[in-house]
Amino acid sequence: MQKQAIFQSRLLPFALVAPQLAIVLIFFYWPALQAVIQSFLLQDAFGLSTSFVWFENYVELFKEPAYFEAIVRTFFFSFAIAVSSLSLALLLAVMADKPMRGGTLYRTLLIWPYAVAPPVVGVLWIFMLHPSLGVISRYLRAAGIDWNPLLDSNQAATLIILAAAWKQVSYNFLFFLAGLQAIPRSVMEAAAIDGARPMRRFWTVTFPLLSPTIFFLLVINIVYAFFDTFGIIDTMTRGGPGKATETLVYKVYSDGLLGGNLGGSAAQSVILMVIVIVLTGIQFRFVERKVTY
Amino acid sequence: MALRQFAAAAAVAATFGLAASPAQAVTEIQWWHAMTGANNDVIVKLANDFNASQSDYKVIPTYKGSYPDTMNAGIAAFRAGNAPHIMQVFEVGTATMMAATGAVKPVYKLMAETGEKFDPKAYLPAITGYYSTSKGEMLSFPFNSSSTVMWINLDELKKASVEIPKTWPDVFEAAKKLKAAGHATCGFSNAWVTWVNLEQLSAWHNVPLSTKANGLDGFDTVLQFNGPVQVKHLENLVELQKDKTYDYAGRTNTGEGRFTSGECPIFLSSSSLFANIKAQAKFKFGAAPMPYYPDVQGAPQNSIIGGASLWIMGGKSADEYKGVAKFLTFLSDTDRQVWIHKASGYLPITKAAYEKAKAEGFYKDQPYLETPLLELTNKEPTDNSRGLRLGNMVQLRDVWSEEIEQALAGKKTAKQALDAAVERGNAMLRQFEKTAVK
Repeated sequence: MQKQAIFQSRLLPFALVAPQLAIVLIFFYWPALQAVIQSFLLQDAFGLSTSFVWFENYVELFKEPAYFEAIVRTFFFSFAIAVSSLSLALLLAVMADKPMRGGTLYRTLLIWPYAVAPPVVGVLWIFMLHPSLGVISRYLRAAGIDWNPLLDSNQAATLIILAAAWKQVSYNFLFFLAGLQAIPRSVMEAAAIDGARPMRRFWTVTFPLLSPTIFFLLVINIVYAFFDTFGIIDTMTRGGPGKATETLVYKVYSDGLLGGNLGGSAAQSVILMVIVIVLTGIQFRFVERKVTY
Repeated sequence: MALRQFAAAAAVAATFGLAASPAQAVTEIQWWHAMTGANNDVIVKLANDFNASQSDYKVIPTYKGSYPDTMNAGIAAFRAGNAPHIMQVFEVGTATMMAATGAVKPVYKLMAETGEKFDPKAYLPAITGYYSTSKGEMLSFPFNSSSTVMWINLDELKKASVEIPKTWPDVFEAAKKLKAAGHATCGFSNAWVTWVNLEQLSAWHNVPLSTKANGLDGFDTVLQFNGPVQVKHLENLVELQKDKTYDYAGRTNTGEGRFTSGECPIFLSSSSLFANIKAQAKFKFGAAPMPYYPDVQGAPQNSIIGGASLWIMGGKSADEYKGVAKFLTFLSDTDRQVWIHKASGYLPITKAAYEKAKAEGFYKDQPYLETPLLELTNKEPTDNSRGLRLGNMVQLRDVWSEEIEQALAGKKTAKQALDAAVERGNAMLRQFEKTAVK
């Protein structure tokens, strides 16, 4: 199988790739480089006085216990969001995969939340669960539950995980559905003839065959929980109560834009970038090879 | 309105690259602000009236989002070399703006350079003090000022036969009675948790929030709000939070609906909440002065302001500054100040405007609109009550709120929480001091 295209001239391939390259350079490499440069500087908000301080911003950062707490918190949130949204999406996908009347409608409705922007998700859930505005909060209080995510950090964390996972269910659902439909019917039928019950069929046939999809989604979900939850946190809890819902990406915003500490904020961005590069590396190196196809 | 039509025609002509026939170019003045709803209408009307009053300058107001958003937009624009001429910055952004020598043009300098008539003594010292140097030089122009008042649901207090409380112990008693009379989820509460329970509380009791006159006299200020008065107050709140006699309503003003809905019968917040209450509350309401602890000597002192002021950005042409100065003079006009006061519920900034509103009997039917003015002018301001000037105040408030939340949630004692807030805040102030332009 000859996959290589043969180009007569030297320039044509470059010309064809140029637009894509330009976009990546302008919108990724250049800002990333800016962040790296900024992380070595000490500068006021207006950029009037700048001094080069080498690694001082990083040293300050690692001296801060709150930063390590934020790292642990972020991993916990990512894990909780990924696991809850993956398992729910898988359950829904297995159900929607069955031939039934109105299946298309169900699928469409399940994909819907993906189109909602994160800040809007935050506002939606606030209207349901805000202690004084929330519709559901009233019922919770009537039932004798002291629902107050403004002060109770566990409740606040639950709120964020719930909203963030809910939004991501659609995306996972799509991929799972595609993965399920790619599983050959003959394999399932053979298992059925051998007398395997549906649960057993799922765990011994479907699940292993879905594993590449699961791993792919796991990485995507962790990256999502790292970055895209910002809008949800900002509209729902602003990192509170205390620091109970301050994740790494929210801390970058809070230190940089609210606190005017641009150097420290840039240093955090660089560290975040490294974390994501490592995650992506793991996906390509480890996951792509170890998963049974 | 021939003038405005002419201006529009000139603008159209300019866009199409045609020269407007009479050689009278209009100088545009960009004004970025954070006002929404009725207050946005006030801004638009002020700009239109100014543009109609003369033909040399045109003020163009632009809404840039919330207070922090507006400030960040202005800073970003400055870095990119196209800052607006006038920027509305909330009071907690004052230190950040002040530290930016060269990025801003102090108002007193602007007025002197352009030769505009300007008498700093014409303004209410309780308001301008916040935006002036210790020498009394006005740095930014006060635009919309408010103060903290105690909003009262008069109907509910009457029903529970509770008097309007004057002192904090009275408030706690009243809240307990109101709770027993059916306000099970909230006897009293407040918005802007640090503004009410740390910043205003300290000024009102004449105890320091931080050294160096709360930062007005230098960026090397050190926080001091973990003193006995503030700790005792937070201890009281923590105690009352346990059974919802007091119920925490968040860091900003998102909990204000709890007063207008009738849930919390006593609610401390900004006097500028007036417009919303008037529009939404289905009960008789009033605004009492902030409560105080009678055993603290000298209390009540005077309150400090909230709201925002107008900062003039640096690096503009002499002609543009002339227009800005004329616009500030236009805003200072007595009748105009009275109108702003009535239309927005924000405070008048000149003595003449306050006197005029009083003489017109404006406060007779609406005494609660005078409450914040009476608080601000209660006594001659001291070093503890002139105002605040702390760097990165937006994030400082977040840090203080975090610690107060820890105390209210029972994870720390009041003293531990305030000690931690002071310690973390000081670290941030030192960071700010490092980057501030000397």
